[in-house]
Amino acid sequence: MSTPAAQDLQTLLRVERLTTRFRTRGGDVTAVNELSFELAAGEILGLVGESGSGKSMTGYSLLDLVDPPGYIAGGSVRLRGRELRGLPAKDWQALRGDRIAMIFQDPMLTLNPVLRIDTQMVETVLAHRRLTRAEALHRAHAALVRVGIPAAGERLRSYPHQLSGGMRQRVAIAIALLNEPDLIIADEPTTALDVTIQAQILYEMQTLCREAGAGLIWITHDLSVVAGLADRVCVMYAGRIVEQGSTAQVLESPAHPYTRGLLDSTPAAALARGHRRGEALRPIPGAAPPLAALPAGCAFHPRCARADEQCLPPPPQAEPASGQRALCWHPLPPGAALSGPAASLEAP
Amino acid sequence: MTLFLLRRLLQTVNVLFIMSLLVFVGIYAVGNPLDMLVDPQATRADVARVAAALGLDQPVWVQYGRFLANALRGDLGNSFLHGTPALQLILQRLPATLELAVSALLIAVLLGIPLGLWAGLRPDSASGKTIMAGSILGFSLPTFWVGLMLIMVFSVYLGWLPSGGRGPTREVLGMHWSLLGAEGWRHVLLPALNLALFKLALVIRLTQSGTREALLQDYVRFARAKGLAPRRIVGVHVLKNIMIPVITVVGLEFGTLIAFSVVTESIFAWPGIGKLLLDSITLLDRPVVVAYLLLIVLIYTLISLVVDVLYAALDPRVRLAGGQAA
Amino acid sequence: MTGGVSHTDAAGGWRALARAYAGSPLALGGLALLLAIVLAALAAPWIAPQDPYDLARLDIMDSRLPPGSLSADGSLTYLLGTDGQGRDMLSAILYGLRISVAVGFAATLLALALGMSLGLAAGYAGGRTDALVMRAVDIQMSFPAILTAMILLALFGQGTDKIVIALVASQWAYYARTTRGAALVEGRREYIEAARLLGLSTPRILFRHLLPNCLPPLIVVAALQVAAAIALEATLSFLGLGLPVTEPSLGLLIANGFQYLYSGRYWMSVFPGVALLLTIVALNLVADRLREVLNPRLRPQ
Repeated sequence: MSTPAAQDLQTLLRVERLTTRFRTRGGDVTAVNELSFELAAGEILGLVGESGSGKSMTGYSLLDLVDPPGYIAGGSVRLRGRELRGLPAKDWQALRGDRIAMIFQDPMLTLNPVLRIDTQMVETVLAHRRLTRAEALHRAHAALVRVGIPAAGERLRSYPHQLSGGMRQRVAIAIALLNEPDLIIADEPTTALDVTIQAQILYEMQTLCREAGAGLIWITHDLSVVAGLADRVCVMYAGRIVEQGSTAQVLESPAHPYTRGLLDSTPAAALARGHRRGEALRPIPGAAPPLAALPAGCAFHPRCARADEQCLPPPPQAEPASGQRALCWHPLPPGAALSGPAASLEAP
Repeated sequence: MTLFLLRRLLQTVNVLFIMSLLVFVGIYAVGNPLDMLVDPQATRADVARVAAALGLDQPVWVQYGRFLANALRGDLGNSFLHGTPALQLILQRLPATLELAVSALLIAVLLGIPLGLWAGLRPDSASGKTIMAGSILGFSLPTFWVGLMLIMVFSVYLGWLPSGGRGPTREVLGMHWSLLGAEGWRHVLLPALNLALFKLALVIRLTQSGTREALLQDYVRFARAKGLAPRRIVGVHVLKNIMIPVITVVGLEFGTLIAFSVVTESIFAWPGIGKLLLDSITLLDRPVVVAYLLLIVLIYTLISLVVDVLYAALDPRVRLAGGQAA
Repeated sequence: MTGGVSHTDAAGGWRALARAYAGSPLALGGLALLLAIVLAALAAPWIAPQDPYDLARLDIMDSRLPPGSLSADGSLTYLLGTDGQGRDMLSAILYGLRISVAVGFAATLLALALGMSLGLAAGYAGGRTDALVMRAVDIQMSFPAILTAMILLALFGQGTDKIVIALVASQWAYYARTTRGAALVEGRREYIEAARLLGLSTPRILFRHLLPNCLPPLIVVAALQVAAAIALEATLSFLGLGLPVTEPSLGLLIANGFQYLYSGRYWMSVFPGVALLLTIVALNLVADRLREVLNPRLRPQ
């Protein structure tokens, strides 16, 4: 490992062992478990997982937006080398919407229904910049134009209910871009939209981030979205990142059986990578375990065809290729297909 | 908008007509005011003369027809007791009741919204729980008994505030108002607090539950993600959303404030229309009772009209359409 | 799949209900207080230290005594003081409670019966009956209860029966609306359809099958409305429009004590007020808990 200082120069975001827990009657439940990953400026990271895997909570944790009974239990979050954990509320407030912006899933719910678009945009500018209202309005107008909203001047004076879902999400994206943040966290922002609109927005987000040099974390359950968008991928299961690597590595030669399972249950055509076309979908057997009652060791082992008694202690970090890491006792060899009860054959 | 107003106006006239019929027949069908008005030792001729003078010798439907024709000219008949026009009698006392009801409404809103907001933002704190427990008490306490307790504590034992009456009044626009002077405010405080108590509890509950609900909404989380100050999130994003149901309910409750002022006015000897109604009921002064009821119906329908317009002004999602009126 | 469902459910349902109710100590306290109040009201003639309306027993020498005073003949301690005629306040309150509780419960039962029948008819028959009943409900509910009651009392004059009528008239609409709502939901269920197909008579379907399943929300409304009825009766009596002087309920006691308040003789109006307050709070606590406990059953889907 090189010295932290040298690494921080190229690294926009560096997350280490980030852990978020929820207080419940039956004791604390860990929703985000020792997450570690990095993001470079201008890079797009896909954070993939099923619902309940802790991917949305990761987004909230990065912005310190975890509501009680949840709390961030430990770890470190550094933005351009600056430690964010433990910052006072005032500093967080200054950071949010300025250096780190977030976009939410449902555009029908994220905009306040009783405030006009201009109000909701101008307040975001004025919260972080000493500008006049006219200057802020000018910025808002420019941001709407940038995300491809026609007749931006008129839209500014509209209420959210007067816009379509796609328009509303563009407005939310424009709000996120207003103060030219270093990092944007997008929590499934296209899930609620039509496929054609989804594709447009994906393309635009990609372009905007490249142009502005902002880092983007795209949270989704949909591997096909990640395939066309992200540079690197993190796969989450039961609160942990079980595999991470470049998009090509993770999608083409997954090392973790869970990633393989996710790929096998995604229509191949949607992945646009061409491999395994025409094969039948194979869903992962069983269901994700509740966070309050995780299996011991590797949380995936009850659903895993490769599992054996070795999987009961916590799994080690395997590194099948440079930059690709998987949390698994029995990682898949490059290019291997997951088949039948072959698990014991692979066991050392 | 114009169509909407026209429709509502037509509805109001309709309701007034039906109510006048119901009230008139109801009031006139029972009891004989002559027994009350005429000296028991009067001769039959005397009684007949009084009956003819008041129009009470005619059949009910003739009396109603005459009443309606007069009502259309703004004449709701003369009070049997005072001999002056019933409407004039009521209008003379209306300012007192309006002052009382508006003061009560202000107390309920100006105290209830901050308290409800506080309790909604800190539902698990001791202060939040105390506020909510207090609001339950506010629903349970009978208004008239609270009035007595207020008099006992603040007038009798502490001697801070007067126990009744309006204080000196000043004439503006031909009506007598008491809130133009400090003495008037001293007089209105206790009765207004008494009348406000139930509405205060209501506003606290509405605001509290509205706040708790709003805080869970995505738009509040998004506002936080935008880096807005907590004061702006609560003061603009949350408040503007909860004001809609609060204004609607409070507006509609203004009518009940006026109706319930009967109780408060009789405890605090407040010379408003509630006290007048009470006296008129016990003394069978029919024209005054009828005029009071028609006025109340009119106020009710006007209030619901104002509330609808306000609602549309506050909530951009609502459009006042001609067909939406019912 | 017919009536049996609701009936076998009921036996186990009540036990489960009682268990769920007991989950809140505050609500249990409210229930205990309510039972104590009702018992005290029923047993007033036997537990009151004095018959407050036997004028021969009253001693004018004992009038306006503060709480804890001894009677002139030394035979009785006035725990809560005496009123202007030398009447023991504790006894007057117990008797007054008896009247208030009786009027409140009687009015509630009658309003329940009336509103429930109209609501069932509206919900089951639908169409014109429904429109007519609901129009009446709307008109009724847009007017404050106190105004309706005052007008009726102005028409009919005073009397126990009159005030019960006035209370019923100002409260039936709540039951009608609640019953109709529940009947609309329940009426669409299979067991009602099955009963209809079996050729059961309409009244039998209504009262044996539909009604038992509409009961949970009605119980909650009734518990709240008893409190409202008692408070309204007290208010009207306080205003001098309610019960006649021969039937002194708590409201009348408070009104009688009112004039003495200015001279600091608080006990004549404060203690009857506390009795009234405790009754209403106990009823509200019970009603609140019932609403919580019955809530899952309010939403049958």
